[in-house]
Amino acid sequence: MTEDQLIKELGSEQKYEFGFVTEIESDQAPKGLNEDIIRLISSKKKEPAFMLEYRLKAYQHWLTLTEPDWAHVDYPPIDFQNIIYYSAPKSKPKLNSLDEVDPELLRTFEKLGIPLEEQKALAGVAVDAVVDSVSIKTTYKEKLAEKGVIFCSMSEALQDHPELVRKYLGTVVPYTDNYYAALNAAVFTDGSFVYIPKGVRCPMELSTYFRINEQNTGQFERTLIIAEEKSYVSYLEGCTAPIRDENQLHAAVVELIADEDAEIKYSTVQNWYPGDFKTGAGGIYNFVTKRGICKGRNAKISWTQVETGSAITWKYPSVILKGDNSRGEFFSVAVTNGMQQADTGTKMIHLGKNTTSLIISKGISAGHSNNSYRGLVRIGKGAENARNFSQCDSLLVGDQCGAHTFPYIEVGNSTAKVEHEATTSKIGEDQIFYCTQRGLDEETAVGLIVNGYAKEVLNQLPMEFAVEAQKLLSISLEGSVG
Amino acid sequence: MLSIKNLHASIDDKAILKGLNLEMKAGEVHAIMGPNGSGKSTLASVLAGKEDYEVTEGEVLYHGKDMLDMAPEERAGEGLFLAFQYPVEIPGVSMVNFMRASLNSIREYRKQEPLSAGQFLKLMREKKEIVNLDDKLLKRAVNEGFSGGEKKRNEIFQMAMLEPSLVLMDETDSGLDIDALRIVSDAVNQFRSKDNAFLVITHYQRLLEYIVPDFVHVLSEGKIVRSGGKELALELEEKGYDWLKEGVGA
Ligand SMILES: Nc1ncnc2c1ncn2[C@@H]1O[C@H](COP(=O)(O)OP(=O)(O)OP(=O)(O)O)[C@@H](O)[C@H]1O
Ligand SMILES: [Mg+2]
Repeated sequence: MTEDQLIKELGSEQKYEFGFVTEIESDQAPKGLNEDIIRLISSKKKEPAFMLEYRLKAYQHWLTLTEPDWAHVDYPPIDFQNIIYYSAPKSKPKLNSLDEVDPELLRTFEKLGIPLEEQKALAGVAVDAVVDSVSIKTTYKEKLAEKGVIFCSMSEALQDHPELVRKYLGTVVPYTDNYYAALNAAVFTDGSFVYIPKGVRCPMELSTYFRINEQNTGQFERTLIIAEEKSYVSYLEGCTAPIRDENQLHAAVVELIADEDAEIKYSTVQNWYPGDFKTGAGGIYNFVTKRGICKGRNAKISWTQVETGSAITWKYPSVILKGDNSRGEFFSVAVTNGMQQADTGTKMIHLGKNTTSLIISKGISAGHSNNSYRGLVRIGKGAENARNFSQCDSLLVGDQCGAHTFPYIEVGNSTAKVEHEATTSKIGEDQIFYCTQRGLDEETAVGLIVNGYAKEVLNQLPMEFAVEAQKLLSISLEGSVG
Repeated sequence: MLSIKNLHASIDDKAILKGLNLEMKAGEVHAIMGPNGSGKSTLASVLAGKEDYEVTEGEVLYHGKDMLDMAPEERAGEGLFLAFQYPVEIPGVSMVNFMRASLNSIREYRKQEPLSAGQFLKLMREKKEIVNLDDKLLKRAVNEGFSGGEKKRNEIFQMAMLEPSLVLMDETDSGLDIDALRIVSDAVNQFRSKDNAFLVITHYQRLLEYIVPDFVHVLSEGKIVRSGGKELALELEEKGYDWLKEGVGA
């Protein structure tokens, strides 16, 4: 290790704060969901006609569905008529410099520890910040444009590249996929759109900070990433949310499409408000559908997630391995504390020959929380020589929490090799004592030990985010010992 | 510096320390010897504040302060260091990170500014030389996959980093080869001063040839049954412990 690496390893000191509300005037629709609301959203966003049609079809389909209840989570029924489906900050987009940004909003970013000024300086990171439903600020756009990379909000994409959206939207996650995917298709307001042309290596990490801001605003992002042949992109999504009394629903859909020899790396640091520590009141419901398809030969999709927030997380980033020799990866750290519940994992669907997948999941449960890994590895009939390796580890902090592992394996081809390993361990008293003897308080000790435990996954994150994620892990375990 | 009076401690209602008395002054080295299971490690753990043990009677004053009231990290902040008999592994946490966190929280307790990454690395380079610790070990996870001897040397390296005023060494010599024993002893001797004190738990006279004690105590069944100068260690080496139990020559 060089000095520089050591310094990096030691990280920087930043403090995280959350639980504040930005006061920005907003333009919002009345509560409730019906066709008129959907028409309103579509017209507010000046969408092409095909989009409205699609939304309405999705809505009709959604009406025929009932909420799923198979996940290992427990929550009161959601009143979908008590949600505001459209809310846009009034101080509007299309700004050329920071001076034009609402100062309140800038302060929000500062509290989040991501002052745009600093972000700009952080060479190589383009930021598309989404507050509530409309993208406010996109940087580095021009540099990307030189390479032909499109990185913009979904609303802009619908204006500027409707043909691309039309071609790909809903092809990986159709609105018929599940209850929340149907809802999202009907009412999504914004999200990110990324297009990497053939042969292009995206010159920087693309990063979006999502943030739920307006009270009672269910946020329904829609993200679509297309990597053409031989292209590469790394995309990062990070979120924090302010403290709220009412539960907020977050039902995003993310679709990834990787063509021949293309690679998409998608990383998430999720830190939505987990709710009151003792009662769980007020936390975010995070019901997300994330799926990628390796369409061509040798394509690769890699999901990395650090999930520390939300009252309830219900999320299975998946990869459809269609192209021969394609590869899917899933690296996950999920921490639950207090009253949090998480049911998360992945699905690897092997269709092509010689496809490989790797699953590394580290679940950490503390307090009275419940943490479940649920994963499916399916080897299709034609998936000659498919390989999967899964490692699912659970770490318990204290004895009031629960950890569960539900691996589903379906093998339709006898040449396949599927390996699954699972461990459950308790954080060692001796480890904690060793740390406290060296002057660390118990909470810091637990944070440190847990970070070590999750290192394999954290190492997958780009450096700047790894440091942030480490802090998040420690913070989210506060109050779990003593 | 350290004053232990009538200390009784138990674990799971099993009494292990049964009225232990010990006075240590700054600048002194005390050796503790005694048969397996007599309570030596228990004494070290109780002094360092391990939660599993319940102190049922007695008092421990450290620099005049009631130490039993303090959390382990506060005791560390006050200058207590325990070199563990069995140092634990912390997978995934690099030594560098661990030491930095440790040193800075102790500095914080002492109301000192934290060290910058640069200052810290400089200090680490200096101290690792003292115990001849391989650079590679510092980049690995805490004690993970370290050999027995490497773990012990790593404890002394950490001692050198943290500059405690009271050092408890629990069988630091076991597992060390002859050269390592000399290196570790030299490091301890180099660090010895009129301001700090050592409590050295060992089974072997050999260590005490290098780290020469001012006092030797024999712990048996949770009590100090005999105290003397360094010659007591030689006597024990020759005769074993039985003669003490039987009260011969006591
Ligand atoms: N968790 C426990 N439950 C019950 N008894 C315990 C526990 N921990 C230690 N003991 C007992 O306490 C006694 C003292 O143990 P301790 O480790 O202090 O001995 P020691 O003098 O350090 O021995 P050694 O020379 O072998 O290191 C032993 O009999 C041991 O079995
Ligand atoms: Mg012992």
